Amino acid sequence: MRVVAAMSGGVDSAVAAARMLDAGHEVVGVHLALSQNASRLRESARGCCTIEDAGDARRVADRLGIPFYVWDLADRFRRDVVEDFVAEYAAGRTPNPCLRCNEKIKFAALLDRAVALGFDAVATGHYAQVVENADGTRELHRAVDTAKDQSYVLGVLTADQLARAFFPLGDTTKPAIRAEAASRGFAVAKKPDSHDICFIPDGDTQGWLERRLGQQPGEIVDAGGEVVGRHTGAYRFTVGQRRGLGLDRSTLDGSPRFVTQVDPVRNVVTVGTVDLLGVDAIEGDHALWCGPPPDGVVEVGAQVRAHGEEVPATAWADGDTVQVRLDGRLRGVAPGQSVVLYDRTRVVGSATIARAFLDRPADRATG
Amino acid sequence: MPDLVYLDHAATTPLTPAARSAVSEELGRVGNPSSLHGRGRAARSVVEESREALATALGAHPSEVVFTSGGTEADNLAVEGSFRARRAADPRRVRLIVSAIEHHAVLETAEHLEAHDGAEVTWVSPDADGVISPYAVRSAIASDPASVGVVSVMWANNETGVVQPVRAIVDVAAEFGIPVHSDAVQAFGHVPVDFGVSGLDFMTVTAHKLGGPIGVGALVARRGAELAPLSHGGGQERDVRSGTLNAAGARGFAVAATDAVATLTEESARLTALRDRLIRGAMAVDPTITVTGAWEGADGIHRLPGNAHLLVPDCDGEALLYLLDAAGIACSTGAACRAGVTRQSHVLTAMGVPDGAAGALRLTLGHTSTDTDVDAFLAALPGAVAGARRAFAVT
Repeated sequence: MRVVAAMSGGVDSAVAAARMLDAGHEVVGVHLALSQNASRLRESARGCCTIEDAGDARRVADRLGIPFYVWDLADRFRRDVVEDFVAEYAAGRTPNPCLRCNEKIKFAALLDRAVALGFDAVATGHYAQVVENADGTRELHRAVDTAKDQSYVLGVLTADQLARAFFPLGDTTKPAIRAEAASRGFAVAKKPDSHDICFIPDGDTQGWLERRLGQQPGEIVDAGGEVVGRHTGAYRFTVGQRRGLGLDRSTLDGSPRFVTQVDPVRNVVTVGTVDLLGVDAIEGDHALWCGPPPDGVVEVGAQVRAHGEEVPATAWADGDTVQVRLDGRLRGVAPGQSVVLYDRTRVVGSATIARAFLDRPADRATG
Repeated sequence: MPDLVYLDHAATTPLTPAARSAVSEELGRVGNPSSLHGRGRAARSVVEESREALATALGAHPSEVVFTSGGTEADNLAVEGSFRARRAADPRRVRLIVSAIEHHAVLETAEHLEAHDGAEVTWVSPDADGVISPYAVRSAIASDPASVGVVSVMWANNETGVVQPVRAIVDVAAEFGIPVHSDAVQAFGHVPVDFGVSGLDFMTVTAHKLGGPIGVGALVARRGAELAPLSHGGGQERDVRSGTLNAAGARGFAVAATDAVATLTEESARLTALRDRLIRGAMAVDPTITVTGAWEGADGIHRLPGNAHLLVPDCDGEALLYLLDAAGIACSTGAACRAGVTRQSHVLTAMGVPDGAAGALRLTLGHTSTDTDVDAFLAALPGAVAGARRAFAVT
C-alpha cells in the first residue's frame, strides 16, 4: 500500500514509519505544520510543533530513505481544533483537543488529502491496535502497553477512517519502542515525550485562555446560591476542579470544595463538597462509532479522561446521542469531555459529554 | 525513482564541468591568499586573476569586485552597509526605498534596520506584470529626497523572472544623487548585465546560479560608493569585507561567469525557446493555467529566458510539487518557505494575486536543460494537476 506516515519528530511516529516500511509498504513521511508561527527551537518537552521537531522528523525520514514533506494544515488546525477549544471553554465545557485533532485533522484533513493524492492510508505513532476481522472489517483495540494506551483519543474514528488507519506500535511497550528507535539509530530515541496541549507549550492553559477571552469577573456560589467568592472568568474552571478557587469562606467543617457546575451564560461557578460531585449518568451527543452502533442497551466500559479509569456501565445509543448509566459513581465528569465506550479491549465509540448527573441518588455512593 | 528532471535552476544550477575542475584543482593546493610566501602569493594570484575575469564578465573594474560568501551576504552588505555609511555622513538619511518584490536577503535586512536602527522603509509595489515602475521609485524619492539613504531594486525577480528597468531607476535616483543597489543574482549570466553601463552603485551577484559553486558571490561596488563594513576582521576585501579569501570559490565563479557571458546570446535564445514551449504546453494541458508576470513569446528581455512561473487555479502549489516530485520532476512552488511550510509569496501578493486561489509553480531551465525535460514535465503535468485539484477539493 501507499502510506503517509505522519511524523511529528518524536520517537513514536519515527518507529511507526520504520515499521510500515519494514512491512513492505511504500511510505512517504509527512510532518504536519499546525502552528501559525512555529518557534525555531523547542523550549520545553511539551510542544511538538517547532521547526526543530520538523527537522527531527526529516532526519528520521532521511535515515529511512523515504521522501519527506511538510504539509501545512495550520489553517484547518486553527479553525477545527484551536478555535473549537476556545469556544468550548467559553461555553463552560472542557474539551480534549487531541480527540478533535484526530477527528478533524489527522484522520480527516490529512487522510482526505493523502487519499486525493493517491495514498491508501495514514499511519501514526499512536499506541492502539487495529484488528482485522475475517470479513475485512476492522476493530480498534487498546494497546498492549496499558500505561501508554491512546485508544481513548482515537475513540472519535469512524469505521471508514479506521479502514485507512495504521497504528503499528500497539503491540509493543513504550520502553521497547525507545529501544527499537535506538537500535535503528534514530537521534530522537531519547527525546522526551510530549505532554499536554501542543499549542499551549508553556502548559498554562488558563493564562492562554485569558489572553483570548479576556477577564470576565463573576461570582462563585455554593449549592444554596450563596456567594462565597469571585472569579475572573468562568472559563477558567472545570467541573471537579479543587485548586485555585480562591474562596473567601470555608465550609463549616473545613471540608474541601470542588467546582460542581460552570454556567457561562450567568457567568457563575458553583462549588460544593465532594458528595455533590459524584454522577452515575452521562448524556452524550456527537456520537461516533468505530464499528456498528450498539444495538439496544449494552454493557460497556466507560472512560471519560485520556488516562482515566475505565468503569463498568451500560449504554444505549439513539441516533447522534448516547445515554450512559454507570454501575457506580464517578467524580469530575465535565461537559465537553469525551466518553469513550469499550467492549473489553475494543473501542465501541465515543460521544461528547453534554450533561452528567445523578440518576439514582438513593444508591450508596461508590465513586 | 525515475530519472531526475531538474527544473529548479533558479534555486541552484549544476556546476559546469569547467568550474568543477577549476574548484577541484584549487582545493588541492595550500596557501592563504593573504600570506606573504610563495604559496600565499600563488593563491593570491588566483584570487586576483579571478577578480579580473569576473570584472570583465560584469563590465566592472576589478577593484569594484568585493568577494563575499554569496548573494545574501552581498545584499546585507549593500543595504545595511550603505545605509550606515550614508546616515553617518548625514543623519537625515534614514529612509530606504525598497521594492516589495525583493529577495528575503534585502527584504529582511530592510525590516531589521527599521526594527532596530531607526530606518524608515518606503516599499515600492510592482504593477500587475511584476514590474517596478521608475516613476513609482521617483515618487517615493521625491516625497523627501534628503531623507533617502539608498534605493534597492532587483535586476530580475527570483520567482517570476521578471526583469526590472534598472537603468531607468538609476536615472531617476541620479536626479537626486541617491545611490542604487540591485540584486542581480538571477540576472547575471542569463541576460546582459553590465555594471558600468547600468550606472548602479552596488550590485549583488553569486556563483551558483550560473554554474559556479555554492558559497561564493560578490558585491560589485562602484569606486567611491559609501559603504560601512558589517563584519570586522582582517578587512581583506577593500576593508569592507573580512574573512580568509576563498581562492577555489573565486576561480570557480570566474570560470563559470566567463563561460555564461560568452555563450549568453545563443544560450538565452535556446532557453527562451524551450521555456516558451513549456509555457504553451502547460496552457494546452489546461487553458486556465496562466503565466505570472510579463511574458510574450520569444521575449527574453522582460523575463529571464529560463523562467516559467505558472499559476494553476483550484489547487495548491504544495500538492503540485509533491505529485511532480513523485514523478521525478524537481521544481519549486516559488513561494517563501519556512521549515517546508509554504505561504503565498510576498511577490505574488505584491502583484495582486489573490491568496489561496491558485497553486504557483516555478519551473526554471538552465544550461543542462533539454527538450526531454520539457517533454517529461508536460507528460506529468495533467496527472499532477488532476491530483492536486482532488486534494484541493477536500481541503
